[in-house]
Amino acid sequence: MPWSYLPHTEQDRKAMLAAIGVEKAEDLFTDIAPDLRLNRPLQLPVALAEPELVKHLTALAKANAHTQDYACFLGAGAYDHYIPSVVDHVLRRSEFYTAYTQYQPEISQGYLQALWEYQSMICQLTGMEVANASLYDGGTGLAEAAMMAASATGRKEFLVTQTLHPHYRAVLSTYAKDRGYGLTKIGYQDGLLDLEALQAKLNKNIAAILVQTPNFFGCIEDIQAAADLAHAQGALLITAVDPVSLGLLEAPGNLGADIVVGEGQSLGIPLSFGGPYLGFFATTEKLMRKMPGRIVGQTVDTDGKRSFVLTLQAREQHIRREKANSNICSNEALCALAAAVYLSTVGKTGFQQVAAQSLHKAHYAYQQLNRLPNCKEVFSAPFFKEFVVRLNQPVAAVNEKLLADHIIGGLDLETYYPELKQCMLLCVTENRSRQDIDLLIERLGAIG
Amino acid sequence: MSIKKSKELIFELSQAGRRAVDLPACDVPEATLESLIPARFLRKKPPSLPEVSQPDLMRHYTALSQRNFGVDSGFYPLGSCTMKYNPKVNEDAGRYPGFSLIHPLQPEATVQGALELLYNMEQYLAEISGMDAVTMQPVAGAHGELTGLKLIRAYHRQRGEQRTKVIVPDSAHGTNPATATVCGLETVEIKSHPDGSINLEALQAAVGPDTAALMLTNPSTLGLFESNIREIARIVHEAGGLLYYDGANANAIMGITRPGDMGFDVVHFNLHKTFSTPHGGGGPGSGPIGVKQELVPFLPVPVIVKDGGAYHLEQDRPLSIGKVHAFYGNFGVIVRAYAYIRAMGPDGLKQASEDAVLNANYCLSQLKDDFYAPFNRFCMHECIVTSKQQKQYGVRTLDIAKRLLDYGYHPPTIYFPLIVEEAMMIEPTETESKETLDAFIAAMRSIAEEAKTDAALITAAPQTTVVGRLDEALAARKPVVRWKE
Repeated sequence: MPWSYLPHTEQDRKAMLAAIGVEKAEDLFTDIAPDLRLNRPLQLPVALAEPELVKHLTALAKANAHTQDYACFLGAGAYDHYIPSVVDHVLRRSEFYTAYTQYQPEISQGYLQALWEYQSMICQLTGMEVANASLYDGGTGLAEAAMMAASATGRKEFLVTQTLHPHYRAVLSTYAKDRGYGLTKIGYQDGLLDLEALQAKLNKNIAAILVQTPNFFGCIEDIQAAADLAHAQGALLITAVDPVSLGLLEAPGNLGADIVVGEGQSLGIPLSFGGPYLGFFATTEKLMRKMPGRIVGQTVDTDGKRSFVLTLQAREQHIRREKANSNICSNEALCALAAAVYLSTVGKTGFQQVAAQSLHKAHYAYQQLNRLPNCKEVFSAPFFKEFVVRLNQPVAAVNEKLLADHIIGGLDLETYYPELKQCMLLCVTENRSRQDIDLLIERLGAIG
Repeated sequence: MSIKKSKELIFELSQAGRRAVDLPACDVPEATLESLIPARFLRKKPPSLPEVSQPDLMRHYTALSQRNFGVDSGFYPLGSCTMKYNPKVNEDAGRYPGFSLIHPLQPEATVQGALELLYNMEQYLAEISGMDAVTMQPVAGAHGELTGLKLIRAYHRQRGEQRTKVIVPDSAHGTNPATATVCGLETVEIKSHPDGSINLEALQAAVGPDTAALMLTNPSTLGLFESNIREIARIVHEAGGLLYYDGANANAIMGITRPGDMGFDVVHFNLHKTFSTPHGGGGPGSGPIGVKQELVPFLPVPVIVKDGGAYHLEQDRPLSIGKVHAFYGNFGVIVRAYAYIRAMGPDGLKQASEDAVLNANYCLSQLKDDFYAPFNRFCMHECIVTSKQQKQYGVRTLDIAKRLLDYGYHPPTIYFPLIVEEAMMIEPTETESKETLDAFIAAMRSIAEEAKTDAALITAAPQTTVVGRLDEALAARKPVVRWKE
């Protein structure tokens, strides 16, 4: 059968083989010894024509419960914020999505400018001086930040707060293991990192403290206090942040953070079962040359026109090889573009509105839940859009019942924190209506 | 791309009070911010994001897209990057709500379709690579390398061995040595033969009780198949090391030969190269890895298991290297690659590799009279020519690349591999027609002619792009990496 992605006719193939001077395609593969050949067809399903393919994929997709049909109260690092229509219209411009990295700047000015604007917006949100053009996701971004801190300080010990996303800590641990980094856990009190324990563990061997705010429980950490403690010992403060919270919360750059990373999925990128997401990464000018990943810089062309180019490439693997800051090559450029379009679309006031509505709706849900006899408050610390409640039966059982009403309930915290039995981490974004929230409250009340 | 002037920044279009989307009013009671969050945590000054109307926003990004070149714009023979066509139905599939609007932490019972797709994809890639098991979690080729080397370290550690050295040929991609460093390993670079093939004596001399692995790209970065691969595998295995396959060039071999059968222990694929998913301007990609049986216990968690008719995410794997991504990798990319494999089927994939090799050899055969071809043999899916013959006219490879922009082409990869002087690495891919190749060949011949008659035309190129050559030194010397109010 013919394949629509393959243009050659049999006549084309013959003409080309003749021009090369061989009889058959097989003659081009003589470097591969016969005993290395597969010599049988691949055992794969037969080809599907496009209409069959669409049917097959649609059936697979239909076997999943999605947020158009279910009200989602799950967060924990992946958030159901509204994505304006224009975002995907821009992403579907195939001059962007079918391009490679911008190594030929004269024909990549559009993408380079968009990424430079993205970097500028990340600096605006975080209050930092420089940002790169993206890393893989929040978890790997945090691990890269730790490696950068080790390189910048010449130290190998880290203090890792237990209020940091457990998956990010797991990724960090995977990265740290083979580098000989020491990771020391810092516990929590009332939903916040234990600052006294942090102070007690700090010394001149610590490369960095890793803190998340709002943290995994949704509570807002005192970044300034952590930064002051870190700096007193010559350590860096690495902060993972929810970018949406920065519509309301003080920029970590104004609170003493040295490296700010985070998961950018909330900025116009669909949930997509966990990826592709966006690791954003920002730091100070002083640490810029230690930063991993690609950076777009402004320059001029031969006529003196403003133009953009990948810069400071001497940090990167294709130039520095084993001495590179990181091994990252492919990143998440298209997700960075999505974030830039999202931030430009909601704009200065819309961005604050998304943050404020998430905050108000989360607090409304929290207050209503705490009126239920079967929900108990767990932490009293201020929170942003996520919070914890204790139920009087296992979370998984409750979630199963909620599904019947087309509600995706919160996360079972006991999976990650054995001490938090029957505790559910709930997330309420601006995308949940009061009706969604009221239904959740009513059903949780009824479940008992 | 003919508007030769700077494009305004989105910040320069901003006017207070404009917005590009309307959000509904808040439908719950709103307490004052200060009553919910202590004032010291609140922002004093909101981020200075742009304020633009929707029409202006769409025009801004459309204008930017028109200042950019993708595979849909024209021929993109960028060696080692496999810039094949990105099928459109795959783009649709990635956006089906059942794929794009599912949360990674939903109960397993509500994401059985997604898990089935991932599970099947693992099976397909295991069959294509000749490996025993696959993980879809790495999100890029370099991330696959990192995962693979960590598996290899875990394997040696489990056997009570401290092996710290990774051997890479000098023709390797930069990610190979960089990944070794990130994994706390030391790189030993061995000199290749001039044709990029492994020097067996050099390899024999380099291996030892400290050898963790050899990382190899096959076909090599010079587009040539490593005929001695069995012997190479024997040398590394006898020394107790493992073989890592960099799948950057796997587009040449689908259905023809398999890394698993060559003796490799770990393989990564780039779904954004071999399996047609868009490069996205530098990502998102996907870099799944396949392993032989002895490495299965170390795979990153979670592992998808099939139990009767149901799929589960298995977390309890005591020997696992742990997590490499916050969730399960770039699922949206994997959906697209899955769609590609299902559309092509076993025969289609093999035909794709055959046509990719045919196209590269056709280009080589038509260019070797006008450009220096360092290797007098058939190539695989990409070929190398150089500007050696143009040097006498003061024309370098960079100049030829820039002149190609004036002809409407994305240039080949240039100055890589490092071991070939003034290299141009041309990878046409199988999705280009004979007519496209003939037109490109004619453009290259025309440039070869221009070198003799009007070299200045080439060294002053490009002339037709929105900007001329850029001052890259200035960008690095005085970095301006963000807009300031």
